Amino acid sequence: MSLNPARVAREFPSRYRLEAAKCAGCGHVAFPARLVCPACRGTKHTAVTLDPAGKVLTFTVIHVPPAEFKGQAPYVLAVVELADGVRVTCQVADVDPAAVKTGMPVSLEFRRIQEDGEAGVIAYGHKAVPA
Amino acid sequence: MREVAIVGIGLSRWGEVWDASLRSLWTEAALAALADAGVDTVDSITVGCMSPGLFVGQEHLGALLADELGMPGVPATRVESACASGGVALKAAFAEVASGMADIVLASGVEKMTDVSGDECTAALATAADAELEVFHGASFPGLYAMMARAHMERYGTTREQLAMVAVKNHKHGSMNPRAQYRQEITIKDVLRSAKVADPLNVLDCSPITDGAAAVILAELSVARKLAKGRPVVKITGIGHATDAIALHSRPDMTSIPATTKAAQRAFAMAGKGPQDVHFVELHDCFTIAEIVVLESLGLCAPGEGGKQAESGRTALGGALPVNVSGGLKSKGHPVGATGIAQMVELATQLRGQAEKRQVAKARVGLAQNMGGTGASTVVTVVEVAS
Ligand SMILES: [Zn+2]
Repeated sequence: MSLNPARVAREFPSRYRLEAAKCAGCGHVAFPARLVCPACRGTKHTAVTLDPAGKVLTFTVIHVPPAEFKGQAPYVLAVVELADGVRVTCQVADVDPAAVKTGMPVSLEFRRIQEDGEAGVIAYGHKAVPA
Repeated sequence: MREVAIVGIGLSRWGEVWDASLRSLWTEAALAALADAGVDTVDSITVGCMSPGLFVGQEHLGALLADELGMPGVPATRVESACASGGVALKAAFAEVASGMADIVLASGVEKMTDVSGDECTAALATAADAELEVFHGASFPGLYAMMARAHMERYGTTREQLAMVAVKNHKHGSMNPRAQYRQEITIKDVLRSAKVADPLNVLDCSPITDGAAAVILAELSVARKLAKGRPVVKITGIGHATDAIALHSRPDMTSIPATTKAAQRAFAMAGKGPQDVHFVELHDCFTIAEIVVLESLGLCAPGEGGKQAESGRTALGGALPVNVSGGLKSKGHPVGATGIAQMVELATQLRGQAEKRQVAKARVGLAQNMGGTGASTVVTVVEVAS
């Protein structure tokens, strides 16, 4: 996918700072922030910062990666549930893939995710690491 | 609503068809369907295609293909819902006939996937997942289904071998389908020993990359009776469509596909039928785990029992509920935009009693399930022999 600078930059609040939106109507926390609450369709939110602690709900080890991730395979991709119920899909890093288990406690860290060649944009975000 | 029947069916060649372009593949299927119906024009055309822009650098397929068929002037529209594009094209055509807006409509699907490299193909297919929340982090489609597989295995005890049995069954079925892309039978060992793609899924758990097109002609029932020429009239009695969040992680339960359940409930309600009335099924086995989860989500077995369906023989030809007797996406092939229409071709072939070696005995009610992404778009269709 395209790493257009504006496209990458507008994701900074969620990818750099784990900013989410808490619904004023029902308290649901949406990550990343969105205009309409998926739980109650409310449109009033306050910004909150997520606690990076969570656990692995399910995972896979990617052996045949998309082109942008060729240098990283095999890598672990997981669905991680954070403390306030928010779920994310991200890689699990700093771990032997064979040691990853569902239920494993992890914490999201700020990491390099992909880059657009040697001179292009470097896109950052979160990866989970064993807690 | 007016009653709607399938009066013509056609497939192009399927596989790696290097000598055929998107437009020629589509035209092959459309001509076959027109000839089968015995009509030489239609009131309207719908085309399901996931990503002609990325696969062949061509959008604006409606007008392009109507002209290619020698029918410029006929209203023609491309519709897109990832791998459910064919199912959505069927629904659009059904609505035109049911509403009285048209009497005869060509519903079609096409995908030309082998003009790009493997990496470009993977990238095009990945656009059916959430670009910012999944693909950005390195998700692939096999990876997303692999996470569903692990969740299902850990929650219900579904085994690696049970996943393999789905592929073994569908290849056995495909060996009896002269139109299937991969007609060789395979064993459980073959699946377990095939190359790892995204643990626990291997290459032989995945449907292939396929060029192909499919077409059906829909007509209002009285028109269909005139065109039947002694063949059984095949009616679409129910069609249901539903959506969900496209990121897998957004769904509370990653071991089921709620959009499939909702679409099935809508299709059954329209048809006045239930899961117990279905004689055979064509469903979206893009990966082995998909057949297991979809059977459960359609209500054709209890949650957690999906892994036992191929193992027990229930879903094999000759079993109580044959599933994917065409070979399914796994063996027949999966030109993504064509799949939902190709399922209709198989249902009609079976209900007419023309499926030869793979004919389901006493088939009078068939069901198709076609989905996009990890199931965020689903179309379920109930098709019956008219009395
Ligand atoms: Zn809310």
